[in-house]
Amino acid sequence: MPRLVSHPDEVKIVTKRFGQGAAAIDKYVELGGYEAAKKCLAQGPEWIINEMKASGLRGRGGAGFPTGLKWSFVPKQSEKPKYVLVNGDESEPGTCKDHLIFLHDPHSVIEGTIIAGLAIGAKTGFIYLRGEYRYLLEIMEKAVADAYAKGFLGKNIFGAGNETTGTEFNIITQSGAGAYEVGEESALMESLEGKRGVPRIKPPFPAVVGLYGGPTVINNAETIASVPHVITMGAAAYAAVGSERNGGTRLFGLSGHIERPGVYELPMGYSLRKMIYEVGGGVRGGRALKAVVPGGSSTPVLLPNEIDIGMDFDQVGKAGSMLGSGGVVVIDDQTCIVEFALRTISFYQHESCGWCIPCREGTDWLKKSLTRFHAGFGEMKDIDNIQYLAENMMGRTFCPLGDAAAMPTLGFVKKFRKEFEDHLNGKPCPFAKHVELAVV
Amino acid sequence: MSAASPETMSIFSPQLAARFDALVEKYPLKRSALVPMLLYAQDEIGYLSDAVISEIAERIGITELDVRNVATYYSMLRFKPAGKYNVQVCTNISCMLRGAYDLYEKFQEELGIGPKGVTADGVFSLEEVECIGACCWAPAIQVNYDFHDELTPDSVHGILAQYRSKATTGEQKNA
Repeated sequence: MPRLVSHPDEVKIVTKRFGQGAAAIDKYVELGGYEAAKKCLAQGPEWIINEMKASGLRGRGGAGFPTGLKWSFVPKQSEKPKYVLVNGDESEPGTCKDHLIFLHDPHSVIEGTIIAGLAIGAKTGFIYLRGEYRYLLEIMEKAVADAYAKGFLGKNIFGAGNETTGTEFNIITQSGAGAYEVGEESALMESLEGKRGVPRIKPPFPAVVGLYGGPTVINNAETIASVPHVITMGAAAYAAVGSERNGGTRLFGLSGHIERPGVYELPMGYSLRKMIYEVGGGVRGGRALKAVVPGGSSTPVLLPNEIDIGMDFDQVGKAGSMLGSGGVVVIDDQTCIVEFALRTISFYQHESCGWCIPCREGTDWLKKSLTRFHAGFGEMKDIDNIQYLAENMMGRTFCPLGDAAAMPTLGFVKKFRKEFEDHLNGKPCPFAKHVELAVV
Repeated sequence: MSAASPETMSIFSPQLAARFDALVEKYPLKRSALVPMLLYAQDEIGYLSDAVISEIAERIGITELDVRNVATYYSMLRFKPAGKYNVQVCTNISCMLRGAYDLYEKFQEELGIGPKGVTADGVFSLEEVECIGACCWAPAIQVNYDFHDELTPDSVHGILAQYRSKATTGEQKNA
C-alpha cells in the first residue's frame, strides 16, 4: 500500500479525504461529497464554466491548459453525442499522484466527471485507467456502481427531476493494457475505440471531433478530482490558494534521491528549493544535489542553481523547463547523468508508437548513441549528433511524445556536456555500477 | 441463440464469458470492448493464444488480423505463456535511482532466470518494465497486478516465498 506523507506546508484540498475511508460512498457523502455536483446541476452549464474559468485551474496532465476554457470550446449544439473522458493512463515516469486519487478518493473523480458532463451537456463519461492499475480500476468500478445505486448516476441524477425532466449521466470505466502513448488525448480515444493507440491529426481538436466523432472534453484525473473542490470552495477562494494565473494546488510527487519521498499537495507556485529541502527533507543521506527533473521525465533537467523558482506552469516554463505532471525527480551527486539520460531515452524509445518517423527513428538512434556513449565507446562528434538528432525531432511529430523524448535529452547534453566528455576515449563511466552492453 | 455462438463454444469460464457478453453491449461501439477483453482473457488463459484471438474476434465481429493488429500494440499483452506469477520490476528513473537494478539482479539470481525467463516449474516469470506509477514508493514491482513497494534486495526472498506458498496452496492467480 502506498505510504501517505504529510508536511505542515501542505494545503490539503484534493487530498483532504485521503486516508479517511472516502472510497466508501457513505463516508464520501458524510465528508461533503456530491454537494458540488448537486449545486452544479441547479446552477447550469454557463455558471459552471464561468466558475472554472475564474478558478485558474489548469490541466494537471502536464500541458497546463485552462480547464474552463477547454470546456467552453465544446459546441452547445451537436448532432453527435458529447463525451467526457478522464485520463487516468498515468504513465509519465516520476508521476504517481492519480494512483493515490483513485485509491483514496474515487468518488471525487466521479463527481468531477458529472460536473464536466453538466458543463458541456454530455450524457456519458469514460474513466480510463492504465492496465497496470487493476486494483485501482476495481476501486473505481465499485465506486461507480455505488453511485448508481444511490441514484447519483443514471437516468435522473440525484433524483432532481422526474423521468422526463431529470438529467441523465452515465459513467463507463475502462482499462488500458500497457501503453504510455495512450496518455496522449487522441491516442486515448483511439484506444477507447478498440484500436492501436496512435495519435490523431489535429485539428480537428477533441472539443469538436473526439471520441466516436463527438465533441469530447478530456481531462487528467487530478484535474477532474479538483473540480468539485473548485465548486465547493468557490472559484475565487480556489484561485487565491495558487499563484498568478495558476489556481489552486498541485499534487507534487517527490521521488528519487530525496530523504522523504511522497506525494505532497502544495500551492501552485511553491518554491522548488523549499519543496526539496524542507518538504522532502533534502537529498537522501545528506548528499549534494546534482540535478532535478521538475515535472516528470519529459521535462528538461534543472541545475542546483536553478531551483529558486515557484512551481507553477509559467515560472517553470520561464526557467526553461516545464511543470509537466508535477513529478519532481531529485538526483544526487553520485549519479551518472549519461546513464540517467540513457534510461530516460530508453523509455521513450520503448513507448514510441512508431507512427511518426522523427520520433520512431529519433528515439531509436538516441538510445543507440547513448548506449554506446555510456559504455565508453563514444566519440566527441556523438555529442553534437545527439543534440542534432534531438533538435530535429522537436515539433515534427503528431503528438508530443517526440518532444517529450527530445527535450530532456537536449537538457542533459547542454547542461552536462562536460560529463558526456568525461565518458570519451574509452574512459569508464565515473559512476558506473553496471556493465552496459554496446548495442551498436 | 445458435449452437455455434461463443456462449456455448467459449474457451472462457462461464463467468468470464458472461462478463464479455455484457462488455460488448456496454459501449456505443462494440469494439471499444476489445482492449479490456484482451487483458481479461489473458488474465484467465495466461496469454493470447490463437483460440483466444479467434473467440474475441468473433465476439466483437472483427477479423482475427484486426485483433492481432491491436493486441501487438499493448505492452501488457503477450502471445506466449508467462509464469503463474509474473514479476515485473520497474527500472525507470525514480526506481533506478533507488536501486531498481540491484533489485532486478537479485530477482534473477533468486529465480535462476534471466529477463523474460520463466522458471522450470512455471511458477514465476520475470521481466523489466517501464514506469508502473509507484515512483514515490520506489523501488517498486508488480507481481501480476499486486504492487510491492519500497523494496531492497533483502525483500526479494520473502516476496517470492509468499507467492511460492500461494502457488502450492492453489490460490487463484491475481487473488
